[in-house]
Amino acid sequence: MKYSHLKIGLFIPCYVDQFYPQVGIATLELLEKLGCNVGFPLNQTCCGQPMANSGFEHLTNGCNTLFMNSFGEFDYIVSPSGSCVLHIKDHLKVEGKPTESKEVRKKVYELVEFITDVLKIDFIQADFPHRVGLHQGCHGQRGLHLAQMSELNAEPFSKPETLLRNVKGLELVELDRKDECCGFGGTFCVSEEAVSVKMGKDRVADHIRHDAEYITGSDMSCLMHLEGILRRKNSEVQVKHIAEILNNALPALA
Amino acid sequence: MSKVTMDHAGASDVFNADEPYVNWHDETLWFVRHKRDKSSKMLPEWEELRTTASSIKHYVLSHLDTLLESFEAKAKENGVHVHWASNAAEHNEIVLGLLRKHKIDQMVKSKSMLTEECHMNEFLIKNGIDVIDTDLGERIVQLRNEPPSHIVLPAIHLKKQDIGDLFHEHLGTEAGATDPQYLTEAARQHLRDKFLTRRAALTGVNFAIAETGGFVVSTNEGNADMGAHLADIHIACMGFEKIIPRQEHLGVFLRLLARSATGQPITTYSSHFKKPREGQEMHIVIVDNGRSTQLGREDFRNSLKCIRCGACMNTCPVYRRSGGHSYHNAVAGPIGSILAPNLDMSKNADLPFASTLCGSCSNVCPVKIDIHDQLYKWRQVLVKAGHVPGGKKAGITAMSTVLSQPRFYQWSGRIGRSVMRAVPFMVNNGLNPWYKQREMPEPPKESFRDWYVKNRK
Repeated sequence: MKYSHLKIGLFIPCYVDQFYPQVGIATLELLEKLGCNVGFPLNQTCCGQPMANSGFEHLTNGCNTLFMNSFGEFDYIVSPSGSCVLHIKDHLKVEGKPTESKEVRKKVYELVEFITDVLKIDFIQADFPHRVGLHQGCHGQRGLHLAQMSELNAEPFSKPETLLRNVKGLELVELDRKDECCGFGGTFCVSEEAVSVKMGKDRVADHIRHDAEYITGSDMSCLMHLEGILRRKNSEVQVKHIAEILNNALPALA
Repeated sequence: MSKVTMDHAGASDVFNADEPYVNWHDETLWFVRHKRDKSSKMLPEWEELRTTASSIKHYVLSHLDTLLESFEAKAKENGVHVHWASNAAEHNEIVLGLLRKHKIDQMVKSKSMLTEECHMNEFLIKNGIDVIDTDLGERIVQLRNEPPSHIVLPAIHLKKQDIGDLFHEHLGTEAGATDPQYLTEAARQHLRDKFLTRRAALTGVNFAIAETGGFVVSTNEGNADMGAHLADIHIACMGFEKIIPRQEHLGVFLRLLARSATGQPITTYSSHFKKPREGQEMHIVIVDNGRSTQLGREDFRNSLKCIRCGACMNTCPVYRRSGGHSYHNAVAGPIGSILAPNLDMSKNADLPFASTLCGSCSNVCPVKIDIHDQLYKWRQVLVKAGHVPGGKKAGITAMSTVLSQPRFYQWSGRIGRSVMRAVPFMVNNGLNPWYKQREMPEPPKESFRDWYVKNRK
């Protein structure tokens, strides 16, 4: 338990808190299994991204202040959502507190990168005997560099893939477009409904074409959008957050 | 040639009515993106080239005054006439004036996005000038009386059948013909006559070289050369950001341009123009049209680095599924969305929102413009300037109020989830755009926080 001296603040994004408590639970249990000392501040709400991406960054001071008050004391802040983490990293600014804001921005991590880069773990004892497609959330990938980007002429790597390849029984499927956006995009998913849905349908089709039983990823917002499309078409394919897979030590889940 | 203006979301909705067509459009442009990937990965120094190009353009943007003056002086020494236009209207008047002076009422034109931006064709046609676009794609959209849908591939939204029908109507080809060779040959013969009989030719400019006063036009069809070499007067129009300091910098930009655009190592023709031939007049029109305003916007000035390769369009998952016309601007796609608000904020306020901010555009950009970050920043500017629908403002303000107060947030979440469980039609209805083609998430009884308080506190 060499990490137990670290105080880890668990940041559960608002929509995960409300709609996907099991992802929060899996994240918490997983971090604890890995020997972390995790706290969940009860007054947290949202990173402020829904307002900011809609052009209302000036209305995020309330969220920013809450975030800083909730997490200021921790050594690291960890969250199962690349998008929310990227927003905090790039945009958290509490009025009148530039230094403290910068401190918070520096210590926020997405779950996968926290495991591979801070805890330096790339093998987790887990069991998931299924064919799984990995959806790379854009903010995690292009923003936090969780994986190399197909546009660049650079060495490939993928932090979530490294973890998933070490899960017992898990077979990763190859996709035709391994890092195309799913079309969720925050308020884009309703303001540009037609394109958003078409993008989602095309992503889902890529996974289905390659016989994935599950679509996973480190960003629940993408998965929520893809799940909405899968369920509308009565597909058997399910979404699972990567924390749920990595926390799955039992023979089968779901 | 402007169509009825609809906002991006509305136009995309119409575009998406025909799903097989959207699939075809998406695959066609993805194929171009794929060719760009393959080609860029054949150069080990690709990323270094991008960085170099970006730095050269950075230098250009901070030395525009001296570079432009040097270019003008050199061009004049070479016997070229140089004109300055502060806006689209001045640009159009200059071109019209030159044609009138020479009593010319017919002109051929190779591809120039600047003249699209200035709506020059409409202006000249209104003033009795017959303008023929000689780029094949441009000629196609001109015959259809619509604007280009892509800056490099102007007719990419059309299928072979569409071209066959169009040429049958306008060029007398056989009805129902779809053979590209046959159709292209028909266009070739049609254009050949125009090239031979027109006394004026207008071209765009890809790169203007401050050191020499020369300029380079890149085409795949040789139509710029055909026009310019046969005409008595060659008018080249450029936005002032097209300047590069030295001839040797072409070695960076020409390697990036075509690879980024189509995956070709270089365009079929890179035509270097420097001085008029005997008996010919050569004119260069240097245009501002809002560029100095953009240069003064610190967050957005880098958008002027653009070399118009179109890579950001080909990679954009939104562009591929909404089509170029949905952007109702001469330059579509991600780059168009950061350029257009500078020209007219209220008309183009929807464009920076036509993106998921996925960031792929910035990654393919050969001059490393931070396109997706600028989209985010334009959203902030547009909202502050009041260019946002009232309903959206009210909604976001309410959201911010809820999310700024933990108890209010917890209470709203609980109520919301109960409502969704008890009376699902309250959210599962036609008023909820999410629900139109997607199921809502299953609302759980307890939130994560509820669980945590029960189990861990």
